[in-house]
Amino acid sequence: MNRTSCDLAVVGAGPAGMAAASEASALGLRAVVLDEKPGPGGQIYHAITAPRTAARDAVLGPDYLGGLPLVDAFTSSGADYRSGATVWQISEDGVSYAGADGGGDIAASRVLVATGAMERPYPLPGWTLPGVMTAGAAQLLLKGSGLLADDAVFVGTGPLLYLVATQYVNAGARIEAIIDTANPAAKWAALPHLPMALRQSGYIAKGLRMLARIRRSGTKVIHGARDIALEGEDRVAAVTWQQGASGQRQRLACRHVFLHQGVVPNPNMTMAARAAHRWDEAQACWVVDRDTHGRTSLPWLLAAGDGAGIGGAKVAELSGRLAALAAAHDLGRLDAAAFAARSAPLIRRVGAEMAPRPFLDRLYRPADGTLAPQDEATILCRCEEVRRGAVADAVAEGCPGPNQLKSFTRAGMGPCQGRMCGHSIGAVISELSGRSAAEVGYFRLRMPVKPVTLGDIGGMTHAQKEET
Amino acid sequence: MFRRFDEAAGPIVEIVVDDRRIEARLGENLAAALLAAEIEPFRTTPVSGAARMPYCMMGVCFDCLAIVDGVPNRQTCLETVRAGMVVERQNGARAPGPQNGGE
Ligand code: FES
Repeated sequence: MNRTSCDLAVVGAGPAGMAAASEASALGLRAVVLDEKPGPGGQIYHAITAPRTAARDAVLGPDYLGGLPLVDAFTSSGADYRSGATVWQISEDGVSYAGADGGGDIAASRVLVATGAMERPYPLPGWTLPGVMTAGAAQLLLKGSGLLADDAVFVGTGPLLYLVATQYVNAGARIEAIIDTANPAAKWAALPHLPMALRQSGYIAKGLRMLARIRRSGTKVIHGARDIALEGEDRVAAVTWQQGASGQRQRLACRHVFLHQGVVPNPNMTMAARAAHRWDEAQACWVVDRDTHGRTSLPWLLAAGDGAGIGGAKVAELSGRLAALAAAHDLGRLDAAAFAARSAPLIRRVGAEMAPRPFLDRLYRPADGTLAPQDEATILCRCEEVRRGAVADAVAEGCPGPNQLKSFTRAGMGPCQGRMCGHSIGAVISELSGRSAAEVGYFRLRMPVKPVTLGDIGGMTHAQKEET
Repeated sequence: MFRRFDEAAGPIVEIVVDDRRIEARLGENLAAALLAAEIEPFRTTPVSGAARMPYCMMGVCFDCLAIVDGVPNRQTCLETVRAGMVVERQNGARAPGPQNGGE
């Protein structure tokens, strides 16, 4: 059992956590960074410090390798970095973690949650079959192990779907098809936001280059698919869908399906800490309430990066620096004038980097049926295998919201603690009850925020054990 | 099926999966190594016995659980390959959730 104390405990070593720790260390704060992975970088720079090959570097491209300076600055910052560390509790006293080093408790004056985004779970018939994974998962396999699958069907929408498809094409994989589920009307809804997006022109240009690369490769891109289902016995064998409003049901055989419907903050840690959260209608997800510097409703807790609101890697890095400045200022280690002077340029850059977001949020907003699946047999809660039909029955019997649903169906009570079903169960209940997603709410979460063994919680007080 | 598109940049080691020896790249992700070796499925569910494989590769879905070096319910997508690692598939076992954390 390790025990230590610090000024700032950072959960997550992605762009936000690495930047925060570097900044905090430069300001003279003692920072401890805990991360589940074996190396720093988060999902975006996954495995960037592992042995790499030129072939893989070429496929992953300059945006991936662009993470190296940030990683180098972090590793030489003097911050105490603990890899393979799973944080299961945060509180005003600090953080508790389990890990290869035996785990322990770290007392901290401030805790920064920089746990990043996750891909929006995309429940559709057959999504639990072997061979079905997220596009981001496929990309992590490519980044970390150089793995590729031929004859995969990509289903969904969003920048990451096209980025992974482009990397697949560049690595020499044959893609069976891309089924783009974006609502065609989304293009028109996004259009008024294009001029603002073009202020950050590099982003849009990159997107257009990816689309051109995919087109040149001859990969089939299918638009207007509805009621998509995945079929198979022991493994996914085909994708089926309705083409257009009245068209024939189509079928495409495949061995892999990669799903993607954008990314959402992973809210579990800030929610279990009981910080205030709000429903973000534009991004259709729950986000933690925070100020420009990432201060939440709890005086000891800060949040930065995509886990606190989707902005991408550059914004994550900037928000991590802002959170470190706030921690230093609030702990009396940075005077008000220096705090303001250092914050201003970072805040300006966040504004510039966020310019394309309203356009992207609308262009790639998941179609309504993907947020709340219509098919009764579709599994919403993967852990407890709770289907939409069971949720509908519970609502008909008077179940008012996600928390009560636990006792009706066990939904949200498995090891993922609602991470995979929280948003879609909220959407289904909202649709069936005619109340807004904000009103329906989210699961009430509590610590431990990850399943732990009794050995891990050896240091817990008796009262805390009672509560779990 | 997944295939490797580049050469290993580091050493190759052997690990054991249910008495089968497979090759893996030292330090790579364990779930990735199992996928590369066509281990399928990773586990079956406690509720219906359905087969599951990694879905998220980033520690959120818990579909990649296995017994690693004797410890059940390890998320293989968060484990790193070491020489001589022993992996057993976990069929039907219930993983701890928030209401039965660790018990
Ligand atoms: S694949 Fe989702 S937790 Fe490991």
